[in-house]
Amino acid sequence: MSHYYEEMEESFRNSFEPAPGPVAEAKIRPWEKTQLVGKGVPRVDGYERVSGAAQYTADIVLPDMLYAAILRCPHAHAMVKSIDTSAAEKMPGVLAVLSGKSPGADLPWYGGKAAQSKLFDTHCRHEGEEVAAVAALTPYQAADALRAIRVEYETLPFVLDPAAMQPSAPKLYEGGNAVGEPRIVKRGDVAQGFAEADVVLEETFYTSVQMHATMEAHGSVAKWDGDKLTLWDSTQGVYDGVLFGAARALNMPFNKIRVICKYMGGGFGAKLEVGKYSIIAALLARKTGRPVKAMLPREDTFLCTGNRPEARMTLKAGVKKDGTLTALQLTNLSTPGAYASGTSVGYQVAELYKCPNVLVSESGYYSNAGRARPFRAPGFPSGNWCLEQMMDMLAVKLGMDPVELRLKNFTEVSQTRQVPYTSTGLKECLLQGAKAFGWQEARAAKKSDGPVRRGFGMAAGMWSGGNGSPPYTAEVRLFVDGGITIKTGAMDIGTGTKTVACMVAAEELGVPLESVRIENADTAVTPYGQSSGGSMTLPGLIPAVRKGAWLVKQQLLAWGAEALGVPAEDVELKGNAIGSRSAPDKKKPLEELLRANGVMDVIGIGNRDPNPPKKAINPFGAHFAEVEVNTRTGEVRVVRLLGANESGRVINQKTFHNQVFGGMTQCLGFALTEKRVLDRQTGKMVNANLHDYKVPTALDVPVQHQVVAVDPQDTECNLVGCKGLGEPAHIPTASAIANAIYDAVGVRPTHGPMEPKTILELLAKKKRG
Amino acid sequence: MSKEPENNCAGGPHGLSRRGFISSVSAGAAASTALREANAASFQVIEAVGTVLPIQLKINGITRKIQVEPRWSLLFVIREVLGLTGTKIGCERGECGACTVLIDGKPRYACMTLAVEAQGQEITTLEGLMDGENLGPVQQAFVEEDAFQCGFCTPGQIMAVEGLLRRNASPTMEEVRVGLSGNLCRCAAYQHIFSAATRAAERKKKGGMA
Repeated sequence: MSHYYEEMEESFRNSFEPAPGPVAEAKIRPWEKTQLVGKGVPRVDGYERVSGAAQYTADIVLPDMLYAAILRCPHAHAMVKSIDTSAAEKMPGVLAVLSGKSPGADLPWYGGKAAQSKLFDTHCRHEGEEVAAVAALTPYQAADALRAIRVEYETLPFVLDPAAMQPSAPKLYEGGNAVGEPRIVKRGDVAQGFAEADVVLEETFYTSVQMHATMEAHGSVAKWDGDKLTLWDSTQGVYDGVLFGAARALNMPFNKIRVICKYMGGGFGAKLEVGKYSIIAALLARKTGRPVKAMLPREDTFLCTGNRPEARMTLKAGVKKDGTLTALQLTNLSTPGAYASGTSVGYQVAELYKCPNVLVSESGYYSNAGRARPFRAPGFPSGNWCLEQMMDMLAVKLGMDPVELRLKNFTEVSQTRQVPYTSTGLKECLLQGAKAFGWQEARAAKKSDGPVRRGFGMAAGMWSGGNGSPPYTAEVRLFVDGGITIKTGAMDIGTGTKTVACMVAAEELGVPLESVRIENADTAVTPYGQSSGGSMTLPGLIPAVRKGAWLVKQQLLAWGAEALGVPAEDVELKGNAIGSRSAPDKKKPLEELLRANGVMDVIGIGNRDPNPPKKAINPFGAHFAEVEVNTRTGEVRVVRLLGANESGRVINQKTFHNQVFGGMTQCLGFALTEKRVLDRQTGKMVNANLHDYKVPTALDVPVQHQVVAVDPQDTECNLVGCKGLGEPAHIPTASAIANAIYDAVGVRPTHGPMEPKTILELLAKKKRG
Repeated sequence: MSKEPENNCAGGPHGLSRRGFISSVSAGAAASTALREANAASFQVIEAVGTVLPIQLKINGITRKIQVEPRWSLLFVIREVLGLTGTKIGCERGECGACTVLIDGKPRYACMTLAVEAQGQEITTLEGLMDGENLGPVQQAFVEEDAFQCGFCTPGQIMAVEGLLRRNASPTMEEVRVGLSGNLCRCAAYQHIFSAATRAAERKKKGGMA
């Protein structure tokens, strides 16, 4: 269904140049001094998350509920010739079996120009494609039934690598394996730029396929009440993702489907669209007349729910003696797997530094592997991997400090859009980060010549999203006792959205945080909110929350002024009453005031205003790393990390720090241990589990990890001055670690992940000369 | 929930669990006739087929009589049969730690333990760390230190810390890291989890108070 990545990019573009619409309320001014915003407070849903009260999709247990299991193609490329479900249907506990031939199950799925397929497609283009499904009384019986389904496959030749571009390669589609036309971004004239350069370097880089590996598997629970469907779904977007997707798939009106996801166990981009499992659960539930739970087994999540695609990049850079960049030229070849998805990595090459001449050319090919999905800053850690290692190479060649080289090319004007940023904290991230890290002292220190070498590296980065944009709606409701309830369809996928929403409403209305409650992510109850992607929930939603709270306040002040006979500026909310600041004896209980105006609550509907025209809104960061490289074993130990990030106003210090720690650690995994391994003989994934696919553990994270929060005091970007953080916190860490490895041992690990084997090979090559 | 030592109403999720989703009166109707005949005292909704074993599990101080298939994992029984969904399901193959519970005070993966194996042992789940509606000291420390993001691995992390502190009241940072190394956190809130473990140790020494 759809190409979320492309839609997301479209959304970024739209948010750059807002459509004509209502102008921002001029009266809402930036806060001069804040009472609560900017502090570090525990989450408003902390109790739920640590007590077991938080209900995730996997936790839904309904009366009469059945368990679904999905039969998946075991081959990298095959045609389903026949399916015999008769034995499975007779097994104890089995209530329904579904295949492409079942009534109502012959549904179109992946759209796109080249890539057409169905919910159960007889052409299985990668291992793990859905072939059939069952519903049974227990998951054990459902698994038994899958084993009893007889499927005859015709296996087909498969292709996993760039050989797919050759005419003789096995074809995934009749039109061939090319994913559209190459994507070109061009500025100036790179030939001229390279001619003007004093130094020109070119290097080839590679980044492996990274898996999302969310702790909660993908899944859905479906329940019908007549023609109304409720879906509890582990998703990053109850609206854009599941509601709209499910309504399209099932041809149903939006208000007949209720999608709920108040707690979600990790998404990172892999849960942005409705899953086949959601629709399979709905079809099985309709067929059996009972609720159906379809949670994917761990192995299935590795095969079918997305990944960060690999990138084969060649970057050529020209620079003058003083460090001024003259040209950057990038080519990237990648594969989204068997179905269309974004694979671009070039944005930062064209945007991060001032550079007049840029040429980016990116192309892709289909291959017989699981489809890519957006993964935390899609394309950016990979693009950063080549750009920021190249900057390090240039600094070495020029004899310049790497931080200085980046400062030399710093820009306050968006290079791709040629409009100024509302704020850019990159310079401050570089300066404050280097200072807090002790960068100059560390780099100047004498290197040990023992078997374990120490090195220091850094890298900068930025994120194309993080701006937020309409539409978002937040309903802010004041009870007569002074309590506030916020309702929004936006998600809190673990970033702390709900907490900052409550903080901002409390700040605006001048009430304690404890007085504010939030209910979210239920399409039958809460107003529209976009999916959580692009680091846009905070800057998208939170200004809408402030506006909703502000509207409530305006209403109270107007009624209060009338009731108390004082100017509106003199009215304040005090607990369950309004009063006069200048004459404290003048006050009125809220209930009395509201009843007099014919209501028992005041509701402010805050809509997200457009972004300022002709401005770019982007978050920035600079990451620093200290590593130890064991030259005998090739092992790399990251002993210290520092993340200096600028994402506009810091609303909650605790969740800000947590987000930077987490984003950097996930990128540490990308740098050192994480890669999908496909068997070249069979095309099957051999590490589709959490033992062989290695995400960072408590023993892999650095002992010392520091966060520097840079606040640029941005009063332009939106009503709250905040930008997104989740993705920018993730982007430059791997490059910083790679540069630290170079500093330690003088070899450059251009191909990730930097496993011991890779480091040893590079060291051996260096020794041979 | 009654604190009586024995609870014959074994089925949990549909009205008996204090954290259950739905308080349903129709739970009994879902059980098969055969099952009701086999175990009239039980409300058990998930039906066992084939070889059915009556077992008793002592979970959070309460003994529960249930019917299980020999292959059912302790995790499945805790979550889907008894409705104690504080314990999470992550991988079902002993790799992630989301299902960590205490068995006789030691952290164990509930997905790697068969329900029939767990008889005669003291099983403690996340719910068992609560004091009524109040959080236990480790849980409280996790809130104060913001030691989670999505929160899905959190129950397992909390149980791992609880188990660690029961055998070592004053762990070093290295001991904390090793003690938590069997529990993955993909959001990677590790730094805050380490802080929470340290804070929890302090809390416990002061009798649960901060």
